[in-house]
Amino acid sequence: MIDYVILGWGDLAAASVFLVLNAGLSIWLQLGIERRLALSALRMVVQLLLVGLVLKAVFSIANPWLTALVALVMIGFAAREIRARQERPLAGIWGWSIGGGAMALAGLFITIYGLSVAIRPEPWWQPRYALPLLGMILGNTMTGVSLGLEALTGALKRERVAVEAQLLLGRTRAEAFRPQVRRALRAGFTPIINAMAATGVVSLPGMMTGQILSGVAPEEAVKYQLLIMFLIGGATGLGVLGAVLATARRMSDDRHRLRLDRLGPARPGR
Amino acid sequence: MLRVTDLATDLIGPISFELDPGACICVQGASGSGKSLFLRALADLDPNAGSVRLGGRAREAFTAPEWRRTVALVPAESGWWDETVGAHLAREPDPVPWLDALGLGAAPGWEVARLSTGERQRLALVRALQTQPSVLLLDEPTAALDAAATHAVEALLTARLADGMSILLVTHDPAQAGRLGGQHFRMDAGQLEAIG
Repeated sequence: MIDYVILGWGDLAAASVFLVLNAGLSIWLQLGIERRLALSALRMVVQLLLVGLVLKAVFSIANPWLTALVALVMIGFAAREIRARQERPLAGIWGWSIGGGAMALAGLFITIYGLSVAIRPEPWWQPRYALPLLGMILGNTMTGVSLGLEALTGALKRERVAVEAQLLLGRTRAEAFRPQVRRALRAGFTPIINAMAATGVVSLPGMMTGQILSGVAPEEAVKYQLLIMFLIGGATGLGVLGAVLATARRMSDDRHRLRLDRLGPARPGR
Repeated sequence: MLRVTDLATDLIGPISFELDPGACICVQGASGSGKSLFLRALADLDPNAGSVRLGGRAREAFTAPEWRRTVALVPAESGWWDETVGAHLAREPDPVPWLDALGLGAAPGWEVARLSTGERQRLALVRALQTQPSVLLLDEPTAALDAAATHAVEALLTARLADGMSILLVTHDPAQAGRLGGQHFRMDAGQLEAIG
């Protein structure tokens, strides 16, 4: 029941013509981006071709342990990305574990919930459903968590004097950190709120577009998209909340001090 | 009585001294000698070692917020987290008599962004007094003040001393110690020593 246009390699080459044109323009106008443009395009081609092969193999083998292994690799890359996006992550293992841990817990919980309660494939871990779903949820949670953590550590560092002024008046760390924690939570939630508000009006979401292109009726594709957005929103919220609150706790101690010394060194080149 | 034994951080100490109720200690010393770090360690705002007891009770027996309301630090640079001055003052005890004494009776309605450094210093002193501390730690409380404002602050501090509050004050003004009737100490390379 294949109801979509199969693409040939020639079609892809035709579609890439204008990207090549952009590189030509960059050389002509001396913008100096042709190298990075070419490299990232090449990287994308290699990564996607590889992922296509890996997914083909994983789908056909359909083994729960192999599926779990692929999920673990995805989580590892996302955790690394969260830390890489921080200007000054927490020193030591904390820089990895809090952001990555909150994202992994929220992402896995929501993915398994979505699979077992809403989509219900047979078996529930079937990689064709589980891995794309986990990927979309992890990607969005990762963005929210890294924005929230960057906002929190940046604000505590910039506003040290104001935070310590509250501590010195005998306020608890929860009271003294409240303005910075609230702003960090808002920063983490903003992308998903914006995405929900603009979706369908400004942009058709990628997954829905893909389903429509492959012949799914639009109203069915919309239902899938809504399901995904609900799950993404839930996971982002849980992940951001967990990561920001745990980091705020790590940035203080049981004597209610602000512990900026627990941040790692500033990372050059960012 | 505040009794400090071998107070130390990575950068200062060990420091030992005693401060009686109603007494005043003035600490002088070059910039970078550790005066501000010393006050932060006393307020338990930086990790530190040693024994600090107030009225026979160990600092660890207080929660950290209790301790900082009892041994209150007013740093040289005051911090503000809201737009108006009034949002930084507690309702009880009434701040108005202290504000009036410092010539700042109308300040609660002002915007923090428009305050001068001297106004900030005096307002930070008032909000610290509102926690009704037994010991007040002051870091250069009159550094940005003219003679009249300095006099008003010193008069207020003298009255608090007479009520039994203890004061530990970092100052660059040698005459200030004399006016407040305090003992002189000098801070040098993280060590505290009595002078005169």
